[in-house]
Amino acid sequence: MTSPHPLPILKSSHLLGIEGLSPDEVTALLDLAESYVGQSRAADKKTALLKGRTLINLFFEASTRTQSSFELAGKRLGADVMNMAVKTSSVSKGETLIDTATTLNAMRPDMLVVRHENAGAAELLSRKLTCSVINAGDGAHEHPTQALLDALTIRRRLGGFENRIVAICGDILHSRVARSNLRLLAMMGARVRLVAPRTLLPADADRFGVEVCTDMREGLKDADIVMMLRLQLERMGGAFIPSSREYFRFYGLDREKLAYARPGALVMHPGPMNRGVEIASDIADDVEVSLIAEQVEMGVAARMAVLDALSRGWA
Amino acid sequence: MKSRIAFRGARLLDPASGLDVKGGLLVENGRIADVGPRLFNDAEPNDPEVIDARGLVLAPGLVDACVHTGEPGAEHRETLASASDAAAAGGVTTMAVMPSTHPVIDEPSLVDFLLRRAAATAKVRVAPVAALTKGLRGEAMTEIGLLREAGAVAFSDAERTIANARVLRRALDYAATFDALVMAHAEEPELTAGASATESEFATRLGLPAAPAIAEAMIVARDIALVELTGARYHFAQISTRAALDLIVAAKARGLPITCGVAAHHLALNELDVGSYYTFRKVKPPLRSEADRAAMAEGVASGAIDVIVSAHQPQGADTKRQPFAVAAAGTVGLETLLPVVLSLHHNGADLMTVLKAVTAAPARLLGLSGGTLAKGAPADLVLFDPGEPFLVEAEALHSRARNTAFEGRRFQGRAKMTFVGGECVFGRKSQ
Repeated sequence: MTSPHPLPILKSSHLLGIEGLSPDEVTALLDLAESYVGQSRAADKKTALLKGRTLINLFFEASTRTQSSFELAGKRLGADVMNMAVKTSSVSKGETLIDTATTLNAMRPDMLVVRHENAGAAELLSRKLTCSVINAGDGAHEHPTQALLDALTIRRRLGGFENRIVAICGDILHSRVARSNLRLLAMMGARVRLVAPRTLLPADADRFGVEVCTDMREGLKDADIVMMLRLQLERMGGAFIPSSREYFRFYGLDREKLAYARPGALVMHPGPMNRGVEIASDIADDVEVSLIAEQVEMGVAARMAVLDALSRGWA
Repeated sequence: MKSRIAFRGARLLDPASGLDVKGGLLVENGRIADVGPRLFNDAEPNDPEVIDARGLVLAPGLVDACVHTGEPGAEHRETLASASDAAAAGGVTTMAVMPSTHPVIDEPSLVDFLLRRAAATAKVRVAPVAALTKGLRGEAMTEIGLLREAGAVAFSDAERTIANARVLRRALDYAATFDALVMAHAEEPELTAGASATESEFATRLGLPAAPAIAEAMIVARDIALVELTGARYHFAQISTRAALDLIVAAKARGLPITCGVAAHHLALNELDVGSYYTFRKVKPPLRSEADRAAMAEGVASGAIDVIVSAHQPQGADTKRQPFAVAAAGTVGLETLLPVVLSLHHNGADLMTVLKAVTAAPARLLGLSGGTLAKGAPADLVLFDPGEPFLVEAEALHSRARNTAFEGRRFQGRAKMTFVGGECVFGRKSQ
């Protein structure tokens, strides 16, 4: 699977966001990820590509699926993976983060996967560390591997992105998933629609080369992909949304609203889901329309591709 | 089957279309079937009930965009039924009722309750205004989408100003999502806390706790900035100062979706009318200087002020027979709304313009189908003699609460007959 002299894929030695990637880089990453789908489905899932290399998962925010997905991706490529337990409460500001970075650097890891509640945290670390930094989510900024796994899922189902309509629905304001996805999908030629009440739309959302809708029926019209976002429970107390029942009535994905999308439209969700808030249970569980489980599978393959691609830049 | 009614020889005044002509109007099945100068001119209408309206004005029934009742929670002061009696007697055919009841109207089921109660007990139409924030606490927005579906025509925290700009910003963003109308009260809450009068020499002489009049313009300026940011439809329910009006006029000129109303008492009374602590003239916002009162009247005459409301606020002896500073604010007003509006005309304002502020303008603002004499519109009508002199007597009012700020006041012109959906809901014997 790996040639002795693999071609370089990424210009940067870090993956901090979709911003800065070129369409060619994205295509190459997706092609590479495709090969890892096969590897992950084989009985022997492990290669020695990253044998002797160290990957550190540094998650300042709780995560189940992203952290385990990176852990599996690293292990399937033969790397040694360490999960750093960080108490969110004790680590707060920039100085502490830089201290943490210095400490980690001294352990000589090859890759650092970082998630942090503040935008720009991964970039800050990348400037202080000599290893490759992979952003696994920084505040409401970016979550590039989520966008890559979503793109991989879409490309496998639809064959490409050109002129496909992708409706991203829900809490766009607080979502790094939405920001990474809209960057990637728009770059690859898809028509992206953001659908949310105005309280959950970021300022100047229409300046990102996407369409913005506040009505689900309008936003879902002829969509090939309906991508639902998680609505944090703390947003529903009346600050952004009056109640979960009102949210479900107007922005929750049910059969009636899905009927506005193209027949055969597929539904995605980065998880974890709030059933009955942003998505009706019967849709989430319908294997004919829901790609939710497939997204998780593609997550491991996409992250293996990212680790592989970054390793090609190492001396 | 609903009756046919023919009005003959009336002065037809329709502010929605600008029609002002002598003619006839035919009501059929609760709607206006025909209207015009030649109707019933030659031939006597055959079967329907004929009303000889010579010398009278026939206009769309009034739409009062700001009415407080006591239902639910304070039925001893006013019910929807008793308020509707007063409305009918005042020529008001639609009341927009404010949500500051007990409980507060902040749930779709409560809007539904109001509409059912109104259908069962009220003579005139009731258009519920729902709370903008839960419990009117100014903290968390209500279910604007579901409340609208239940029948709420607008969203308001009644006579409370939302102090927290972040809460208001998000509520406006959310309201704009549904193109919902927000009705606001403009009084800087900290600056006006505990005040019962406008700061002035007069208030100082009386020793009343008072707040400066600019407390209103401060909030108007803040809210205009938030409307510019969010694009929400915004209506200042009752302004009372020139400073606020000037800001609103400038905002309208910039194309912002802003409108404003004024209460009848702020057009007819000034701070001096408080006299010796006359609590029936304690209102919120308080009565202003004569200069501000005159500015409000000019604003209506020029069309700068969109809507005139009664701000009908029933109070009882328990809440009004108190020292001025602790007495409750508010006056009943449903039966004096039309007389105050006509007084502006008698003082020189164009009749069509002032009538528009209580008919077509509020109907359009609230998205209601009334407020017009157009063919096909609901037959919500008022018949009045604009010259009929009368004296306001609290004892003769039809509302359960009698706390009128206009006791003993002489006016010219009041409702003679009122029709809702083609049914006569009020008729006054000629005196």
